[in-house]
Amino acid sequence: MLDLSWLLIAIPLAGAALLLTWGKESDAFGHLIATACSAASFVLGAIMFVELLGRDAGDRSVTTSLGTWIDAGHFHVDFAFTFDTLSSLFVLLITGVGTLIHVYSIGYMAHDERRRRFFAYLNLFIAAMLCLVLAADYLVLFLGWEGVGLASYLLIGFWQHKPSAAAAAKKAFVINRVGDLGMALAIMTCFAWFGTSSIAVVNDQIDTVSGTVATALGLLLLWGACGKSAQFPLQAWLLDAMEGPTPVSALIHAATMVTAGVYLVVRSHDVFDASPTARGFVIAVGLITLLAGAWIGCTKDDIKKSLAGSTMSQIGYMMLAAGLGPAGYAFAIFHLLTHGFFKANMFLGAGSVMHGMNDDVDMRRYGALRSAMPITFYTFGIGYLAIIGFPGTSGFFSKDKIIEAALAHNVWVGIGALVGAGVTAFYMTRMMLMTFFGEKRWREQVHPHESPSVMTTPLIVLAALSLFAGVMALGSWIEEWLEPATGHAVHHDPPLPIIVITLIVLLVVAAGVALAWLAYGRQQPAAEAPADSEVSFFTRAGRAELYGNAINDALVVRPVTHLTRALVWGDGKIIDGLVTGSADRIGEISGELRKPQTGFVRSYALMVLGGALVVLLGLLAVTLA
Amino acid sequence: MTEYITLSTLLFSIGAVGVLVRRNAIIVFMCVELMLNATNLAFVSFARQHGNLDGQVAAFFVMVVAAAEVTIGLAIIVSIYRTRRTTSVDDANLLKA
Amino acid sequence: MMLSLLIAVPLLGALVVALLPRSEDGRTARYVAVGVSILTLVMSLLLLREFDLEVGGYQLTEQHEWIGAFGVHWALGVNGIGLTMIFLTTVLTPIVLAASWNDKADDPGRTNAYFAWLLALEALAIGVFAATDVFVFYVLFEATLIPLYFLIGGHGTGRRSYAAVKFLIYNLLGGLLMLASIVGLYVLSTQQGGPSFLRADLAGLDMSATTERLLFLGFFIAFAIKAPMWPLHTWLPDAAASATPGTNVMMVSVIDKLGTFGMIIWCLELFPSASEWAAPVVLVLAVVSILYGALLAIGQADLRRLVAMTSVSHFGFIILGVFAFTSTSMAGSVLYMFNHGLTTALLFLVVGMMIARRGSGLIADYGGVQKVAPVLSGVLLLAGLASLSLPGLAPFVSEFLVLVGTFSRSIPLAAAATVGMVLAAVYILLMFQRTMTGPLNERTSTFRDLSPREVGALAPAIVLIIGLGFVPQPLLSVIDPAVDPVIATVGEGDPPQRAPLDLTQQTEGDHE
Repeated sequence: MLDLSWLLIAIPLAGAALLLTWGKESDAFGHLIATACSAASFVLGAIMFVELLGRDAGDRSVTTSLGTWIDAGHFHVDFAFTFDTLSSLFVLLITGVGTLIHVYSIGYMAHDERRRRFFAYLNLFIAAMLCLVLAADYLVLFLGWEGVGLASYLLIGFWQHKPSAAAAAKKAFVINRVGDLGMALAIMTCFAWFGTSSIAVVNDQIDTVSGTVATALGLLLLWGACGKSAQFPLQAWLLDAMEGPTPVSALIHAATMVTAGVYLVVRSHDVFDASPTARGFVIAVGLITLLAGAWIGCTKDDIKKSLAGSTMSQIGYMMLAAGLGPAGYAFAIFHLLTHGFFKANMFLGAGSVMHGMNDDVDMRRYGALRSAMPITFYTFGIGYLAIIGFPGTSGFFSKDKIIEAALAHNVWVGIGALVGAGVTAFYMTRMMLMTFFGEKRWREQVHPHESPSVMTTPLIVLAALSLFAGVMALGSWIEEWLEPATGHAVHHDPPLPIIVITLIVLLVVAAGVALAWLAYGRQQPAAEAPADSEVSFFTRAGRAELYGNAINDALVVRPVTHLTRALVWGDGKIIDGLVTGSADRIGEISGELRKPQTGFVRSYALMVLGGALVVLLGLLAVTLA
Repeated sequence: MTEYITLSTLLFSIGAVGVLVRRNAIIVFMCVELMLNATNLAFVSFARQHGNLDGQVAAFFVMVVAAAEVTIGLAIIVSIYRTRRTTSVDDANLLKA
Repeated sequence: MMLSLLIAVPLLGALVVALLPRSEDGRTARYVAVGVSILTLVMSLLLLREFDLEVGGYQLTEQHEWIGAFGVHWALGVNGIGLTMIFLTTVLTPIVLAASWNDKADDPGRTNAYFAWLLALEALAIGVFAATDVFVFYVLFEATLIPLYFLIGGHGTGRRSYAAVKFLIYNLLGGLLMLASIVGLYVLSTQQGGPSFLRADLAGLDMSATTERLLFLGFFIAFAIKAPMWPLHTWLPDAAASATPGTNVMMVSVIDKLGTFGMIIWCLELFPSASEWAAPVVLVLAVVSILYGALLAIGQADLRRLVAMTSVSHFGFIILGVFAFTSTSMAGSVLYMFNHGLTTALLFLVVGMMIARRGSGLIADYGGVQKVAPVLSGVLLLAGLASLSLPGLAPFVSEFLVLVGTFSRSIPLAAAATVGMVLAAVYILLMFQRTMTGPLNERTSTFRDLSPREVGALAPAIVLIIGLGFVPQPLLSVIDPAVDPVIATVGEGDPPQRAPLDLTQQTEGDHE
């Protein structure tokens, strides 16, 4: 069964193709086909996972090739897929969470006339994401990499009649393309130095090239990862991406696609192991994004954007862990999985809230929803506990490990991660309080109600996973499981005993919760957001997404716009001007030459005579000379 | 011998000036004929001088050409006169730039 | 005889179509034209049976004396590169004809002429791709101007006579430079053992470095105008904005390829050391074309001009791959020519269908079309994504091969060219956003979606674009053997893989 990786991808791909080409007749059941495809892929993935479990640790990697993709000159790429311990976990996450979100979307998108198309795109996304994680070659990975970018583009802009959605979709794609630039250059570097872009070969032979090349390769890969994972400095698209339907935000912009960058770093771990400089950059990027995302999350009143800030921040944690090297890879993946569960859970919960609130996203108009939508409240609450790292929940295990490893690496990095945990507790508590507690601040004609069971069932499943996914950390199972793919984890001893660190983390988290309660629990938040002039610099900067868009505009968008205008002008006036100008000059010269043509026969006759005389004199001069 | 050549030059010059200064197409035409005949005279004189017939042949050739030219030329003048009621060459200036 | 026949069939078809009685609706002419083009397609596929992929080199050759005194031969033959380009021509022509079905509906009296010119263009293009005698090549190369002149000037819209004259004079100028070089070659060959225009004879000529460079320039400038390469590109947007969609496809997808095809087949093979001499400049100009074309495409207000400018950018990639002198990049370039032909055809045809409905080529006149015409917008998006080289679609393979090959020759050039990928995303998505998304305006709300005939006409191109994205190997296996001999003639051959030990000095600081 293990050589069926391609089938995992083919099933949802076929679903997407079917739904996109089948006409209106399939509107009635298209969503069921899509969900079935995703579920079938999950079942197959689960069977393969079990089979992999049954193998010896050294034997848990199966690569299958479908044949040659490109073979030209010296360039050769196979359509090859690797099913190993790392990709198997991703397969389960993608298809599992993916299927749940398909189910949820059946309810969420029930009244959308283009629902069939929505499900086609979802299936396309699942296929592309699976291609990304199963690829055995960087170029095949790139195929999935851009494929998820396309699916993300299509789904963010799904409500294309909204100009904001269309603009957000384009922005996401373009910024991702900037990241892909790094990715493409990384693949070219692989080819130039290793003669292949096979992931296994490149990672095997990274020791044969100089450190500079390894660093360059690592930085290029990180560049690509930053684009896809919305890490600093390519983070600006993620908050806008919330224009997409909420299930999309849950699946693509929280649980799976945005974590592809982390996957890429972990998958290329030998490259990063070979270059401490590149790893240092990974840590820096992770840390900056972690804090920036948390900051933004604290200030947004839009529930989805606040969650998106949180996603950035949590991926920052993963990036940070991945940058720690062998000590952190397993934790990065572990946090990625638990985050996939609890963040998808919370996004779907937010969707359920919006569903009941006539698609209002402003938390200041929520309040006291816990009795109106109890299932949403409880499941969201479990997600909340998991993300702040409440003892016993999955987030507790995964985040704690990262902070420990960070402290062991460098005290300041560890403190940064610790602060992030406190801020996370603050903004998540703020979100909980503003949404589910306090007084009603609903608008008129809003009648909150619990969502249908097709939407709440996935919530319950995800809540259970958020609660119990921590078992993967029992007995260091996840580290041992990932060892064949990420190398042996070497742990450095943290500066303090682990139990002390855990207590400190809990203390910081409790402080964050308490602060949030003081600000938003004891007193009611205002129903209208205070104007920018009334709030502190911190809030203002957070609302403006730390001026990321302004910086992009000033540094890139406006210069390119001006350059474009100047070039269009120059093309017409200068380059084409030279062409048309020389044509005009020739026209003018011939105009001058036309003047002697007066039309009078006698003047022509004079010219003939004159000409004859000139010729005659010339001849005479030649003969006499 | 020189006299013949002088006469020929004289006739040719009269013809050339006539072509250049007269407007009446018929006169211009006659002047062209005058020039042609001046050259004929020169041809014949030189033939006599050199004692071969080449010049005579050329003179006959010119006569034939002149006859053909007269035919075409007069036809053009007649048709211009029919449409424009004039034989002035300056009025037929449609070809000007 | 196969190749002569392949030229004769569409040419005779053109004659027949031109002489057909003018019917009320021009229906007969359309059917005959499409039929002839499909027959040509089938015949071109039959060529594969005669063509031995393993052997490489020129095959299906034929040679008859034409003008003995000057050593002119009617000589034809193709290698993998020429064969690929002939396929491109024969595949695109039926698509173009089927998609142009209604182009002359309001002017049935001239349907015959329109379709006849298109077929004649196909025949001439095949001839140019197959010619192995430089005289024949030149004559047919210049002859393609005639149908295009009439197609733009006679059947176009807007400032069509201005555009047609500009096109004609610009290209004639290049052609004359090439003629001068050909005369030079003739003189040289006469001095060295009898006049001949055959490629095989010309390739062996001895010439001084200066002579070679001058002759090279004559050819190269003609091809650079045709391609078109910055800064010789300004005839293209004007011509594209005035021509019908079908003409645009034949012009940009097929005829402009004569330029890049000529660079490989004639410039590189006849003047290898001059090509090396010019390569640094040409490479820089190619990268400038890529970025310049892309930036200009972002700034265009007219859909057809936008597509024309994207082509300038794409031709930059093709030229980059050719003059990087690696077998990888050159195979990529040849494949790029094919893929670009398909993609641009699809883009021009869809854009043409939009313009036919809306009556305007201005991007600002559209908006929200996606809602009323989902199929049309889907096809436009697909064509756009192909144009921005999305992996999984055909152009990605070729673009990546070009880049990867160039990278092994020069990292800065490849890195700069890769920026074109980002700009491509901007111009395509910006155009899509402005035309297809957002609210409908009153003129677009009555937009018709694609009719089954239109979908049917475009479907082959769509299938090929997706299919070749995943399975490019059938074409690459035709192209690859033909590229190696070219690389062997020019340059020092493929650059070696950057050996693990001498890298410290090769690593560039431009990665971040």
